[in-house]
Amino acid sequence: MTPELGYALTVAALVLAVYGSGAAAWSAVKGRADLRASSERAAIGVWLLLTACMLLLVYAFLTFDFSVRYVASNTNRGTPFYYRITALWGALEGSIILWGWMLSLYTLIVVARYRRTQPQLYPWTLAVMLGLSSFFLLVMTIPAPPFERLSPIPPDGRGLNPLLEDSGMITHPVALYLGFTGFTVPFAFAMAALIVGRTGDEWITITRRWTIIAWYFLSLGLLIGGWWSYHVLGWGGYWAWDPVENAAFMPWLTATAFLHSVMIQERRRMLKLWNLTLIILTFSLTLFGTFLTRSGIIGSVHAFTQGSIGIFFLAFLALVVLGSFSMLAWRLDRLRAQGELDSIVSRESAFLLNNLFLVAAAFTVFFGTVFPLLSEAVKGVKVSVGAPFFNLVNIPIFLALIFLMGVGPLIAWRRASAENLRRNFLMPVAVGIVGAALCRAFGVGNLLVLLCMGLVAFVAATIALDFWRAARARRRTGDGWLDATWGLALRQNRRYGGFVVHLGILVIALGVAGSQAWSTQTEATINRGATVELAGYTIRFDDLQPAEESNHVKVVGTFSVSDRRGPYTVLTPAKKFYPQEQTPIAAVDYRLGFVEDLYLVLGDFARDGSHATVKIQINRMVSWLWIGGLILTLGAALAILPEPRRTPARPRPEHATVA
Amino acid sequence: MNRKTKFIAGGLVIVAALAYLVYAGVTQSVVYFVTPSELGAAPVPGKSYRLGGMVQPGTLKWEPKALDLRFTLSDGKATVPVRHRGTPPDLFAEARGAVVEGTWSRDGYFQATTIMAKHSEEYKAPHDGSQAGYQELLKTLRGGEGKP
Repeated sequence: MTPELGYALTVAALVLAVYGSGAAAWSAVKGRADLRASSERAAIGVWLLLTACMLLLVYAFLTFDFSVRYVASNTNRGTPFYYRITALWGALEGSIILWGWMLSLYTLIVVARYRRTQPQLYPWTLAVMLGLSSFFLLVMTIPAPPFERLSPIPPDGRGLNPLLEDSGMITHPVALYLGFTGFTVPFAFAMAALIVGRTGDEWITITRRWTIIAWYFLSLGLLIGGWWSYHVLGWGGYWAWDPVENAAFMPWLTATAFLHSVMIQERRRMLKLWNLTLIILTFSLTLFGTFLTRSGIIGSVHAFTQGSIGIFFLAFLALVVLGSFSMLAWRLDRLRAQGELDSIVSRESAFLLNNLFLVAAAFTVFFGTVFPLLSEAVKGVKVSVGAPFFNLVNIPIFLALIFLMGVGPLIAWRRASAENLRRNFLMPVAVGIVGAALCRAFGVGNLLVLLCMGLVAFVAATIALDFWRAARARRRTGDGWLDATWGLALRQNRRYGGFVVHLGILVIALGVAGSQAWSTQTEATINRGATVELAGYTIRFDDLQPAEESNHVKVVGTFSVSDRRGPYTVLTPAKKFYPQEQTPIAAVDYRLGFVEDLYLVLGDFARDGSHATVKIQINRMVSWLWIGGLILTLGAALAILPEPRRTPARPRPEHATVA
Repeated sequence: MNRKTKFIAGGLVIVAALAYLVYAGVTQSVVYFVTPSELGAAPVPGKSYRLGGMVQPGTLKWEPKALDLRFTLSDGKATVPVRHRGTPPDLFAEARGAVVEGTWSRDGYFQATTIMAKHSEEYKAPHDGSQAGYQELLKTLRGGEGKP
């Protein structure tokens, strides 16, 4: 019964979404309030139906209803309780449901929030969002139906991919999809603004906050993905420039560009066309990413299920790109800039450069990812460019971006005077140079790492300088230091939220540089009772024991580790054997640290336990990535807070009149 | 030179530098994807390849003490001997597909630096063979180690 019920719910949601989209558009054309109300009810209906779909599928998972093919493919009777719930988004069909459901949720928020405040833009926004929902519901109906019936009903399912039995897999897809779907809202508002012809600034303010939210979730998704890769896959890395990762990274880059260039539009009435282009690009890249990874045209180690879904996404992508850029062309005359650039040494140019580099990074990632396709089409040779290409091209770009991160927030608008430059940058540049020199003195030899450290010190100094000045200015009005700092962060939450995000990025940059430059590893076969040494650690192989879990058996190695001061820890890396798998899967064990992680992977072992092969890695500064992610979270939260009302009577110091 | 020209000129210089970076990146890091028969036809020592094929049954040799892994990749028409220093990765086994990255050695074998075995999101129903292997492993582990 469940498959049929689920399918019926999906089709009903599709019909409602198509109707709602049409009704919202027609209500906008004819100005009919009754149709508008009807389309809102349709949006609520779509959300209710999709919620019912999700709950039904969760119920099917919890009750082991193997008449549903998706349940039988992604779970078995041994799968632990919580993984039976998260198995919902363990594979393609369920991910699409999750995607559609989040989209319908965002649609509801748009209805609730903008129904009264944006009477002109809102009906079109609703029409676009319901139209986009229709596409995902169509995918759920034809190429990737989650409720397909399986007959005959098997006694047990195949089981969840063992690699997905991890806490990272519970949160990573949710964050990533909240990011991906979040970009739908800015896109829908952009389209509405183009249709109505109100390309003024109100929609851009709405769009900015939504983009920060989507951007934040996407950042979180990327970081959790890195964490999952780090502690599950057992190769000791967090980023491999795999097509799947690149697919999520490209919209992140263009969205970051938008978040910066939108400030120029707000402030100087410039770059309207460019900002719209970035919104369209970001949204299209989220679709492109899904197409890329789901169509199987690019080989990836992630190797998702393939099927006709690729062609659906490609057609939809073509429709979105052609449609939205045609609308841009149609409204081109309304997108002229009202301001113009005054000087090369100005905040405008810093932001323009930032955009140029971010888009260039997105382009190089795109180029590297589709390079195998290009090469095969043009020259007929199968080639690929791997991590070395992406690193070589992107390291200079990201170093330049870090530099601009220091310049942008402090340099004056329009034209920076020599006095402005000296006042704001003399101290930070000195700090940067001293920082790099100190690193050199402590034995850092790698030029790129030195450069990175120097730039990070420079940027951190600009942030500290700005904050200190502003807090001091507030203190003169009588506040204590703590009150001044708090008040400042809350009063100018956008600016200081941005700074905190920058700090998070700096910490992540240090983590990337440090882990790339200073990590070390070895691999050895150790006899029971024997030891191996690496970087001050002595690792002794003590024991090997089997253990049985609900859905697999594992062989657990026990390794006691001591460092220079004595016994340090006991690590128990394992090999897991799943009955549905032909080969075992490593379960890494590690001890995380602020400076370095000790990371053990059990490679191979003798069945009598006499010896084991183990890969030992000392991964330095990897924890900084996760710490940076936490800082970034704080900053994004601060930036999303509603801005306090300005009190125009209170004059603000010159350097703080920004953002 | 007026402001606009300056801006455009500056932008062009940066774009040109980026284009050169991409060009240099591609020429330095391009890896040719070959099958065993393509590699066998014209191997160039020292050049980077990505070699894809099936691990021929009966050829996998793993010497744990020396961390020496040897196997033969086949595409049905030709075979290439491969050597690698390190443990075979998870998901890597005889009669399964694998992609190795590395260079052709003058001594007549492929020196792999990385071995990639395909991950798959959805799992196939177990073959009878692997199921038997799993049961056998369970038995050895329980019996051999005297698990209570």
